[in-house]
Amino acid sequence: MRTEDLIKALDADASSRAMPLRSAWWMATAAAAGIAAVVFWLTIGPRPDIMIAMHTMRFLSKFVFTLVLAVTAFALIRALSTPGASTGKAAAWMIAAPLLVLVAVVLELFAVPEADWGTRLVGSNMMICMTFIPLIGIGPLAIFLWMLRYGAPTRPVLAGAVAGLLAGGLAATFYAAHCFDDSPLFVATWYSIAIAILAALGALGGRLFVRW
Amino acid sequence: MTGMDEAELARLLRAAIGGDEKAYADFLHRTAALVRGFVRRKIVQGGVDPEDVVQETLLAIHVKRHTWRQDAPVLPWVYAIARFKLIDAFRRRGRRIEIEIGEIAESFAEPETETVSERDINRALDGLPPAQRSVVSSVSVEGRSIGETAARFGISETAVRVSLHRGLAAIAKRFGAG
Repeated sequence: MRTEDLIKALDADASSRAMPLRSAWWMATAAAAGIAAVVFWLTIGPRPDIMIAMHTMRFLSKFVFTLVLAVTAFALIRALSTPGASTGKAAAWMIAAPLLVLVAVVLELFAVPEADWGTRLVGSNMMICMTFIPLIGIGPLAIFLWMLRYGAPTRPVLAGAVAGLLAGGLAATFYAAHCFDDSPLFVATWYSIAIAILAALGALGGRLFVRW
Repeated sequence: MTGMDEAELARLLRAAIGGDEKAYADFLHRTAALVRGFVRRKIVQGGVDPEDVVQETLLAIHVKRHTWRQDAPVLPWVYAIARFKLIDAFRRRGRRIEIEIGEIAESFAEPETETVSERDINRALDGLPPAQRSVVSSVSVEGRSIGETAARFGISETAVRVSLHRGLAAIAKRFGAG
């Protein structure tokens, strides 16, 4: 087939329509949040004292970290799934969530006597944390990997890893409403590991499934 | 040169997405010439046929045109797809290639014509289900319109459009998986 002939076929198919990628990302993220919410409510649900907890800085800080991660990852993955889009600025913003956690950790180290550091870090929920963040995040991750196939990421493995971070940010936001361990020491350790698991799965998914 | 290409190509693609078939044909011809110049410059040693990469790129541009933001520049989008398909073509043949992004800006359209040889796309076409294959061949190689193709096979124009669309998507996917 000559290129000239191919162009005839493509031109004849000009009227076919697909949803613009940017709108599709919004819809996919809304669907992912919905799935995460359902899994969360069906499994662990929020902690019973959530109304009281909401008045404490430590509890609220968890949502700042996870939501900042989700928002920055959302911006980056939209750029990564669009060929030729500049990703530098969005990538630089990815430092925001780790930086906030770092600041919180330093403040916590000043606020809490050294003898308590260990118990704060280990907490009482680390296995639940490491189980349920990936569990809540796996559905959203599948949706985001599917979205990467719908888009056109020129760096599929990196895009897959960011899909994992986005799914992790979303899942951790829900999980944070359940968990009693509010210390930044706990969050910095176990949330990070749980989200890293999703990022690794995402990178693997990007490598294996994101072809176009 | 590049500035004019940019404005003109963006205008054509916007019109095409708005439903203007003539604009889309113009867009595809100009883009094919740009990509051909780019790819030929990058392939210095054999192993990869430039025209195969041009065809893969055009197909990818077609099935991924919803990823272009209408307010964003179109040339970086086109070249990013061409570069991805070029690297993919080398990877499939077990080679590595390094492309400087800076060089992309220097490449521009030349009145280069395609070379004729056995194409990867023919193999992908042969792999389609018979109904899709005959519709795609009719519209492309045999040069029939949608209406003529519908009359020839005794099916509705809608059925022709559906087969054509699915056939092209399947060919594009086969390139991606190859």
